[in-house]
Amino acid sequence: MTAVATDAVMDYDEAMAKFDPVMGLEVHVELHTATKMFCGCPTGFGAEPNSQVCPVCLGLPGALPVVNEKAVESAMRIGLALNCEIAEWCRFARKNYFYPDMPKNFQTSQYDEPIAYGGYLDVELEDGSIYRVEIERAHMEEDTGKSLHIGGATGRIHGADHSLVDYNRAGIPLIEIVTKPMVGAGERAPEVAKAYVSALRDLLRALDVSDVKMEQGSMRCDANVSLRPKVGDPLSSEQLAVPLGTRTETKNVNSLRSVERAVRYEISRHAAILDAGGSVLQETRHWHEDTGITTSGRVKSDAEDYRYFPEPDLVPVAPTREMVEALRATLPEPPGQRRKRLQSDWGYSDLEMRDVMNAGAVELIEETVAAGASAGAAKKWWLGEPSRRANAEGQDIVTYAAALGFTPAHVAELDALVTSGRLNDSMARQVLDGVLAGEGTPTAVADARGLELVKDDGALEAAVDKVIETNPDVAAKIRDGKVQAAGALIGQVMKEMKGQADAGKARELILAKLQ
Amino acid sequence: MTDLPTDLTRATAAALADALATKAVSSVEVTQAHLDRIAAVDGQVHAYLHVDAEGALAQARAIDERRGAGESLSALAGVPIAVKDVMTTKGLPTTCGSKILEGWIPPYDATVVTKLREAGLPIIGKTNMDEFAMGSSTEHSAYGPSRNPWDLERIPGGSGGGSSSVLASFQAPLATGTDTGGSIRQPAAVTATVGTKPTYGGVSRYGLVALASSLDQAGPCGRTVLDTALLHAVMGGHDPMDSTSIDAPVPPVVEAARAADVRGMRVGVVKELGGKGYQPGVRARFDESVALLEELGAEVVEVSCPNFDYALAAYYLILPSEASSNLAKFDAMRYGLRVLPDGVDDPSAEQVMAATRDAGFGPEVKRRIILGTYALSSGYYDAYYGSAQKVRALIAQDFANAYEQVDVLVSPTAPTTAFKLGDKLEDPMAMYLNDIATIPANLAGVPGMSIPSGLADEDGLPAGIQILAPATKDERLYSVGAALEAALVDRWGGPILDRAPELGGVAAAKGA
Ligand SMILES: [Zn+2]
Repeated sequence: MTAVATDAVMDYDEAMAKFDPVMGLEVHVELHTATKMFCGCPTGFGAEPNSQVCPVCLGLPGALPVVNEKAVESAMRIGLALNCEIAEWCRFARKNYFYPDMPKNFQTSQYDEPIAYGGYLDVELEDGSIYRVEIERAHMEEDTGKSLHIGGATGRIHGADHSLVDYNRAGIPLIEIVTKPMVGAGERAPEVAKAYVSALRDLLRALDVSDVKMEQGSMRCDANVSLRPKVGDPLSSEQLAVPLGTRTETKNVNSLRSVERAVRYEISRHAAILDAGGSVLQETRHWHEDTGITTSGRVKSDAEDYRYFPEPDLVPVAPTREMVEALRATLPEPPGQRRKRLQSDWGYSDLEMRDVMNAGAVELIEETVAAGASAGAAKKWWLGEPSRRANAEGQDIVTYAAALGFTPAHVAELDALVTSGRLNDSMARQVLDGVLAGEGTPTAVADARGLELVKDDGALEAAVDKVIETNPDVAAKIRDGKVQAAGALIGQVMKEMKGQADAGKARELILAKLQ
Repeated sequence: MTDLPTDLTRATAAALADALATKAVSSVEVTQAHLDRIAAVDGQVHAYLHVDAEGALAQARAIDERRGAGESLSALAGVPIAVKDVMTTKGLPTTCGSKILEGWIPPYDATVVTKLREAGLPIIGKTNMDEFAMGSSTEHSAYGPSRNPWDLERIPGGSGGGSSSVLASFQAPLATGTDTGGSIRQPAAVTATVGTKPTYGGVSRYGLVALASSLDQAGPCGRTVLDTALLHAVMGGHDPMDSTSIDAPVPPVVEAARAADVRGMRVGVVKELGGKGYQPGVRARFDESVALLEELGAEVVEVSCPNFDYALAAYYLILPSEASSNLAKFDAMRYGLRVLPDGVDDPSAEQVMAATRDAGFGPEVKRRIILGTYALSSGYYDAYYGSAQKVRALIAQDFANAYEQVDVLVSPTAPTTAFKLGDKLEDPMAMYLNDIATIPANLAGVPGMSIPSGLADEDGLPAGIQILAPATKDERLYSVGAALEAALVDRWGGPILDRAPELGGVAAAKGA
């Protein structure tokens, strides 16, 4: 690998003492429509290169685009979920520039007439406070193809012997969501950036419009960062009045953690330059996940000119207000609101709710509760063995359970077997093992394994008598009032009963006989 | 039913269609006759860039078999056709008259071509054109100009000069064209043939290699108004692959051509088209035609369209702007020509793109790409592209005002008869002025037609009259065109094209 000169960076706290950061985030989201934005080609991920192409998305001479109505619908739903206005009339525009992975050498996009504009997303930070991210616009465009540079050490175009282009991705519908300058975050800017992208991802997932897989590129983030001198509190009017500094745009930030790190790095890098009396170069930066730094990309001068003009091959998009309202009615409950409602319904602590969220088990627990289980039991069972095994397999719990055919109904049934008194906790764990091993429903497993708490008091009483007889010393202690010694006898009774006894009942019997 | 002439290439498409329907003649015979004619005269005319004898005969044979089996076929089934080389044809070269597409075989048919195939018209070949339809003479074809059968030293019009000279030299009874600023109508005018630019959106643009998307319109070319109408009916109609296609049936163009009735129609003579710069002989034939329309029962008035004076200027901003973007795809990466830059080891993709575009595009194409790139540049956009769009709206308003007073508008199609090859090649402005009367229709998206109005006294060459109608009222072109055509045939004692000289050195074509 070629050595890259490392830029000077300033300690973050020192940077924050001297400067006020302003961010702008551009998030590109690939919609998971069945077909591409302007043609009928399928959009599946990971297909044989150049197998999902046609004259339109290859930009062959004479081919013409036709708008995917489903994609327009998704764009409007995203706009509505971000509290945006939906344009009554808007057009596509051509963004002209030459690049080998762009079949027409222009990208069909939107310019000054986005489908959605002027919204906001309220983002909850770790301490529970809310930061409102103002949304400038959300617009529709098409993705480009993908270049693969062969030869050379870095996989980058420089030093490569040749390049291959896969046009399967060319023409996949993209929505670009652009924030207004995010001011007033102060030292929490990196956290805000991460929280915003995370909240946006949850929202898009709830809308069911995209796979939102950052690692596969179906959600990509470009982070703009600039610094201005710190003159007061981040939200003070004096601070907000200071003009914005020169910004850099960091591309290729493809994980939540990277969003936070990249913003933090750029703040420290800008601060070092500005503090030394230099000026920040307006440019594109590349983020390097492995080393945690950014390197210079192309210089973004004001002379860069995409010669936008309205796309003459397409007709304007003019959704009726009735259509917009019909789409508004399809919006899911906002994820933040939903999380609060469920936490309160379920009576979880903040920590418990976070565990459930992190495990990705919210929907499973919701369905389990709907099937009759208590929220506590649902959490206990899902976050136990199934989560542990899913983790060991490197899968998320939903995928893992679905593949096994293990359902919320199974968990509810298991819980019912415990609450009805048929199984105790350790028996229920054995049943769960059986269900996860594919032996059938919890009832079937319990039946097949002969697992059932003994209800016959005669057998239990006989066992209690036997244990008292063989342990006269312990029995004497209990008679003397040392009730806690009963535990030792209960253990032996359970052993006698081969575990199939109700420990509570055994305790009752022992105390009754010795007091 | 018309009797067929002994020389099948002299027959109209309508007459051939009738004879084919009654099996008086076979499609193979008709197609072969035209292939023989091509072999005899195209060396002089150079109307075709590619002739597909084998493919055309195979299609003809298939149609004859289907007819023999008693299948009911479309009206023009078996009548051969020439296709302008700007339309993609699966398996047949499509060059758009450019070196940059030399050797490119499209993997798909344009919708118009699909319709022709479905209607059973054997595709006899691809016709010459100015490179990417930029020009009024075919002199900008990278493969050399076509020649006007009336005088081989003169231009056959452009960009569709291949199609017009095919028709005027009887190398096909029908041809397709595309018209961005007059490329169907002006070639028709200078060769004494007929051509229609339908309403924008009336014929699919899918598979037309785009010049200027908002102006381009495919249309029919023929030797008579009825033939042109029959082809219009085949080519037209809604296409879901073209977002700008009109979702409505084809206007009743064939019925209008057959009725040929202008009684009670109000005809407006456009004041701004026909004054200064128009050749006296062209103007004289136009005035006679207008008088004939009045004799036929039309009411003639003069109307003013003041903004037409700015049409040419607006057109030469909008067209290059769109063209500069449309032609960006020709970059050597996926198809067509690829040129490696001289003296560069290990060239980058960008260097290959630049070298290819430098070698593959001709001077007129480069001129317009540069113009368009400039007009769209930030800082200039409002002054150029933005202002041009405003003019465009004003021209549409002029048309709307005019059509409140009249049913159709008329003007000379082109200011002059065919000029000599080379005369205007060094003077782009003079070349552009040739389209001054045809451009407003493209800017407004309204339909227009050119039919022969006679021969100019001063040079004995054909002149054309242009008829314009409101959007989607294409049938009015055919009512007026067919009525006037019949009156002119009476006046001249036969079709004007019959007066074209026989091409030198060609023996009378053999009869069928
Ligand atoms: Zn496609």
